[in-house]
Amino acid sequence: MDVLLDVKDLQTQFTTSGGVVRAVDGVSWDVKPGETVALVGESGCGKSVSALSVMRLVAAPAGRIVGGQILFKGHDLLAVSEEEMRKIRGREIGMVFQEPMTSLNPVLSVGRQLTETVEIHLGMSPARSRARAIELLTLVGVSDPERRLSQYPHQFSGGMRQRMMIAMALSCDPPLVLADEPTTALDVTIQAQILELMKGLSRRLGVAMLMITHNLGVVARYADRVNVMYAGKIVERGTAREIYANPRHPYTRGLLRSVPRLDEPRRSKLEPIPGQPPDLSRMPGGCSFAPRCAYAVEHCRAEAPRLESVGADHLASCWLANELDRAPQHAAAVPR
Amino acid sequence: MAGGPGNVILEVRNLVKHFHLGGGFLGREPAVVKAVDNVSFEIRRGETLGLVGESGCGKTTTGRCVLQLERPTSGEVMFEGKDLTRLSEAELRPVRRRIQVIFQDPYSSLNPRMTVGQIIAEPLAVHDIVPDRAARAARVLELLSLAGLLPAMARRYPHELSGGQRQRVGIARALAMEPGLIICDEPVSALDVSIQAQIINLLEDLQANLGLTFLFVAHDLSVVRHISDRVAVMYLGRIVEITDRKSLYDDPKHPYTKALLSAVPIPDPEIEARREHIVLGGEVPSPLKPPSGCVFHPRCPIAIDRCRTEVPDLREVTPGHRAACILA
Repeated sequence: MDVLLDVKDLQTQFTTSGGVVRAVDGVSWDVKPGETVALVGESGCGKSVSALSVMRLVAAPAGRIVGGQILFKGHDLLAVSEEEMRKIRGREIGMVFQEPMTSLNPVLSVGRQLTETVEIHLGMSPARSRARAIELLTLVGVSDPERRLSQYPHQFSGGMRQRMMIAMALSCDPPLVLADEPTTALDVTIQAQILELMKGLSRRLGVAMLMITHNLGVVARYADRVNVMYAGKIVERGTAREIYANPRHPYTRGLLRSVPRLDEPRRSKLEPIPGQPPDLSRMPGGCSFAPRCAYAVEHCRAEAPRLESVGADHLASCWLANELDRAPQHAAAVPR
Repeated sequence: MAGGPGNVILEVRNLVKHFHLGGGFLGREPAVVKAVDNVSFEIRRGETLGLVGESGCGKTTTGRCVLQLERPTSGEVMFEGKDLTRLSEAELRPVRRRIQVIFQDPYSSLNPRMTVGQIIAEPLAVHDIVPDRAARAARVLELLSLAGLLPAMARRYPHELSGGQRQRVGIARALAMEPGLIICDEPVSALDVSIQAQIINLLEDLQANLGLTFLFVAHDLSVVRHISDRVAVMYLGRIVEITDRKSLYDDPKHPYTKALLSAVPIPDPEIEARREHIVLGGEVPSPLKPPSGCVFHPRCPIAIDRCRTEVPDLREVTPGHRAACILA
């Protein structure tokens, strides 16, 4: 099997009082066994909704998946029954969320939350599931796991809760884990611990990972391949090295230039992307990044570009992707 | 910075803030959190001092003690020549005008029932800075434009604005008071990266044009490096290292600072693959039971026996560069 998860032309919408929001607007990406793929972008770009769509956890009735396919091991998850889907969540695809406190049950002990999953999905006996829970907590570096089993989430620190989330996600040995901003709420030294742990475990256990984040540094350190999202669409995709060394979409370039970097001499000025992301219920025609783009030409406002190959394993959706280095730049005239 | 740093505007000496948590029942020792434990620093007019550290290190409490929103347990806060810890609430009122705050979450610090124009005009009226109505409206437009907002924003409500626009409103409101010092408490950490850079550039432009002084409290070391002239690193209520920006980032002396810098991922896979990462074990200990000796020793990769018993002084390791480590 060369593709584990193959998302094709996914479209997820939300109906709001302000109109229909196309949160994910015809997006395709895939994950191969054992690799770490990043979905990177800013708030509202559709990266979390993409992951929720894979799990079929988009909040109905406001949110709906209106088109596309989600092929997991070749089966379309959008076509399976809710009952089958429940067998896939947790057993075949694990999830780690940003804020562990809101995704853990506060009135169940840590041990129960770990044993419940393996008892339901794998039919383990209470004795075996307890042994498995101890094994899992040890795996994620929680010391004194036997005593910890009888504790409750509020007795865990933020870092320890995230370790517990990872233990739960891995409890059934799933081939794929979706991690949505797994370290955003954590302090930087704890973030480093958790990311090293996830990287080590994914290599050791051969788990593929979809990492959703806004942090370009985290992506650079951990991802094999990167999808950059903007306003509900993927605007650039490639290997991590290619995306960072040779970004071909003006948005990717803008993101990379707007962050101060510790390894470079301090610049006197940062180069922000002017303006702000568009309102997804009132999308402009043409390329959705054009209003903020320093390279935009007339054609960009008239017709939306498609994600097209710009090199080996490298795609970008920009009319000027092949001539960005030569293209003239102008100050984008966006009101603040 | 216009004309280089001037005289000292804020001097914090031996600041201590303890919080007492219940306890004491039936003769048990009451629990004390030493949120800020003997912190000293100064800020010169026109400069930016960055205060960095992880959650619970006391950086926000330090900022609140400067403002006297928390009354310090002991120590002095000398601002423009006055010790604020000795002033009554009434005496503090005019001082509070001189020290403004920009918060992390501008939404929770803006009144949802007031328009942006009213939010900015209110302090101008309350403090009698611009008593005349028409002049006040003109000043509001001027402040909006300083913060990079269009005049039409004056009629909008906070919920109609994006995060970046709200932070600009927070900045305009702080500027309305013509403050001597602005405490920026994580002003960009809730914003998207492309918007962060807009706000950082705005703060820098305002500093250059208006000669502002910032105490910049943040956890993001890359942002702090960009904006600060000098930087203090806090851990468990203490300053463990303080020096100018260049020395701190080019030649960190304290093992905690080194680990913090190493933990920041750099947006470049080639560099990340080559880079050596110091991953600290364990977590920040509870400030209720700080470790003996050097508070960092249980997590320190280079700790020796003496570190368990000896509390290191924040001593000058090289000229102008202070670190609290006996091995520095």
